[in-house]
Amino acid sequence: MRRTLPWLGASVFLLLFFFYPLMRILGLGLDWSGLKDGWDQVARLAGSTIWFTFYQAFLSTLLTLLVGLPGAYLIAHYDFKGKKLFNALTAVPFMLPTVVVAAGFNALLGPRGWVNVALMNLFHLDNAPILFMNTLAAILLAHVFYNTTIVFRLVGNAWMRLDPHLSQAARMMGAKPWDVFWKVSMPLLRPSIMAAALLVFLFDFTSFGVILLLGGPYFATLEVEIFIQSVQMLNLPVAALLSIIQLLFTLAFSVLYSRVVSKVNVASKPALNLMRKVNTWRSRILVSGILIILVSLFILPMAALPLRSIARFDPAMGERTVQSTSLTLDYYRELFINRNGSLFYVAPIEAVRNSLRYAGLTVLISLVLGFPVASALARPGRLERVLDPFLMLPLGASAVTLGLGYIVSFNQAPFNFLTSPWLVPLAHSTIALPFVIRSLQPALAAIPDDYRKAAAVLGASPLRAWFAVNWPLIGRATLAAGTFAFTVSLGEFGATSILARPENPTLPLAIYRFLSQPGGLNYGQAMAMASLLMLVATLAIMLIERMRLPGSGSF
Amino acid sequence: MKRTIFTTLLIALLVTACSGTRPESDIPTLTIMTHDSFEINAELVASYESENNVKLVFLKSGDTGAALNKAILSKNAPLADVFYGVDNTFLSRALEAEIFEPYKSPALETIPAEMRLDPGDNLLPVDYGDVCINYDKGYFIKNNLAVPQTLEDLVKPEYNGLLVMENPATSSPGLAFLLATISHFGDQNYLDYWRDLRSNGLVVVGDWSTAYYSNFSASSGHGPQPLVVSYASSPAAEVIFAETKLTDAPTGSITGSGTCFRQIEFVGILKDTPQRKLAENFVDFMLGVQFQQDMPLQMFVYPVNPKAELPPEFVKYAQVSEQPASLTPSDIASNRDEWIAAWVEVVLH
Repeated sequence: MRRTLPWLGASVFLLLFFFYPLMRILGLGLDWSGLKDGWDQVARLAGSTIWFTFYQAFLSTLLTLLVGLPGAYLIAHYDFKGKKLFNALTAVPFMLPTVVVAAGFNALLGPRGWVNVALMNLFHLDNAPILFMNTLAAILLAHVFYNTTIVFRLVGNAWMRLDPHLSQAARMMGAKPWDVFWKVSMPLLRPSIMAAALLVFLFDFTSFGVILLLGGPYFATLEVEIFIQSVQMLNLPVAALLSIIQLLFTLAFSVLYSRVVSKVNVASKPALNLMRKVNTWRSRILVSGILIILVSLFILPMAALPLRSIARFDPAMGERTVQSTSLTLDYYRELFINRNGSLFYVAPIEAVRNSLRYAGLTVLISLVLGFPVASALARPGRLERVLDPFLMLPLGASAVTLGLGYIVSFNQAPFNFLTSPWLVPLAHSTIALPFVIRSLQPALAAIPDDYRKAAAVLGASPLRAWFAVNWPLIGRATLAAGTFAFTVSLGEFGATSILARPENPTLPLAIYRFLSQPGGLNYGQAMAMASLLMLVATLAIMLIERMRLPGSGSF
Repeated sequence: MKRTIFTTLLIALLVTACSGTRPESDIPTLTIMTHDSFEINAELVASYESENNVKLVFLKSGDTGAALNKAILSKNAPLADVFYGVDNTFLSRALEAEIFEPYKSPALETIPAEMRLDPGDNLLPVDYGDVCINYDKGYFIKNNLAVPQTLEDLVKPEYNGLLVMENPATSSPGLAFLLATISHFGDQNYLDYWRDLRSNGLVVVGDWSTAYYSNFSASSGHGPQPLVVSYASSPAAEVIFAETKLTDAPTGSITGSGTCFRQIEFVGILKDTPQRKLAENFVDFMLGVQFQQDMPLQMFVYPVNPKAELPPEFVKYAQVSEQPASLTPSDIASNRDEWIAAWVEVVLH
């Protein structure tokens, strides 16, 4: 009983808001008599699609780790000017809607993007030299852009928690820095790296918007195929079979992950302030080198949006291709005007408030549900080993399928939730929960049992011991978990577009509304709204990171 | 101190979260399920509500396909009383699913017969729009190039690499354009045309926003292609939503015989609604002059009611096709998947 208690909240929650709607929709879709027929269609579709889904997810994950690990090292070891802002900015891509990211990349690397225009002017070329949009490179780069923050946060935090005495001892015994890294730090970081890699891989494996908008029509993942089958072809049986295939793969990866990550108990220290200052030449080169790469990768595509939101192109007919620009605040002003008197017009402040409310609730729900589970997982028994992989399943479920599942499950008594304002944050929480648990678990596992036992011996009650011992050690992981939940909710589009009530749209929905009609003002307003989303996201994350949880001391 | 900040934040969150619910009133509610491009004037809704003593709730449910799917899946416990937004490419599927009940609205009398595609009057036409190729006026003037007039023109070498379209498998304007070519060249020959178009540098992207804003040269995205598959009403939208006042549209539509595909959108009363009378009244309202005149500037579609007056921007900058391509809904329903699959095979693989 004591072992099952921590699982109660999350299990009930996932059963009701994930497994039940999923089973309902798959049950409806699977037509047993037509199974043979459906299976033939799937077999025809699936072969190359599954291969490509794997291939791009594998490459994307590899590249994300390649970029993310040096960044995590930097965050964990060095203090530099603007670090807080940098930390916050790297989390922003995670919550930008794909339409906006596609616009950003197009402005930077598209056929008429800054880079190509500059090269064309420089070398007097007639055609754009860099072909980027609708290539595999665009997919990979966009995945790195989106998901590197997962590596930063999970691995960076673990790295910060590592007991510095271990590597100092190794150095003292004559080990070279490189050896210390490979033989001491790496093995200790392995659980966090694996957790980050799994999350990144699952995100890439179920990628939809990036494939459709940046990869273009020549690439299709399972998720894209599910979308085509269920929404365009109204072919629910095939969509259901494909969804099941995708879920099975997700489960397989999660099982594999829990096998690979052996129980590692690493003594961790409450983060001592051992941040290095950037004061030697070596460190200066190292830090600025990594920073330049990261900034050009993350900040440049994002910078395109606010720049575009205040730049107006000369609209004289026939001269539109000539890039003469002037500065304007018109797009921002226009956001406040309901020009057509539309019923669905939403003032920007309203959209910001809706987004923040949903995100705040998602943080609350997923932390409350995730904490007990992560604590149980930190000292895994047989139950934990069995249940662990199932927690990751929400990341493998197709958003379209799940959205339709919500419709068939929650439209009648006793689950009459469809019009409830809680449905959106609840749906977001199913996606946020795996992140919360994966952020908390390594931190909780790293707490030596001796500490709590010592507290108990000294007469502290279990609750008091937990607050006095565990809490200070996991403050940072809790913030990371909260940040993840927040960002997942703020940027989520697929489920929100199906579930949100039209009078309460979120920022991504408002952006999408502008981008679905022609006209310069609409485009400008979409860019202005996207800039607003970035601003809100950056400020919110800086605020979260600045927050000092009760009793957690400084970190 | 720290503790207070945290607690305050938590309480503030909870309070804002709970404030979302409002009390129920005794005014009956009519729920209309629709796609996410649906727009309507707020005052029009308010006056309709007070005149008819009803509260209107609009349920936006994703794009046309997703919304229809939701209506079909929830047919045992319908989420709404009225569904608006089935188009002629989905018409047969919607009728096969038997989710609507017929309603012979008196307002149908004024509506041209060619719009009434469902003889059983389960689905009533509300609006139409032509999917046409838009061109960048400036590009063709500057390069001294004639604007293509027919589908056949597009495979000529001078238009190599100039056209961008959406993938018919993922986008409804893309599908509409494919249907236009099938209607024009016939079931037997359309794939040959696509082979030629492909070798003439056709560019295909995933969705309308990308095609229009990233690839089309006359949009704010300043892309490389001066021809894009969009709507006949898009030039009017370019003028209405221009950054600075324009005296002429920067784009035009190619509306020659058979080059455009006409999308007609329908409304229907969902089966077993307990509010049949209210639903009928709302359907009449959608076909009436007031709503029909509001529609063009809200959704950039054309009213089916000939008595509705068009806004001046539509008269001046948007053209409809005189002879749009057409296919019967049942033809589309029975061949749609095969057509798309064959197209993907020829153009993308």
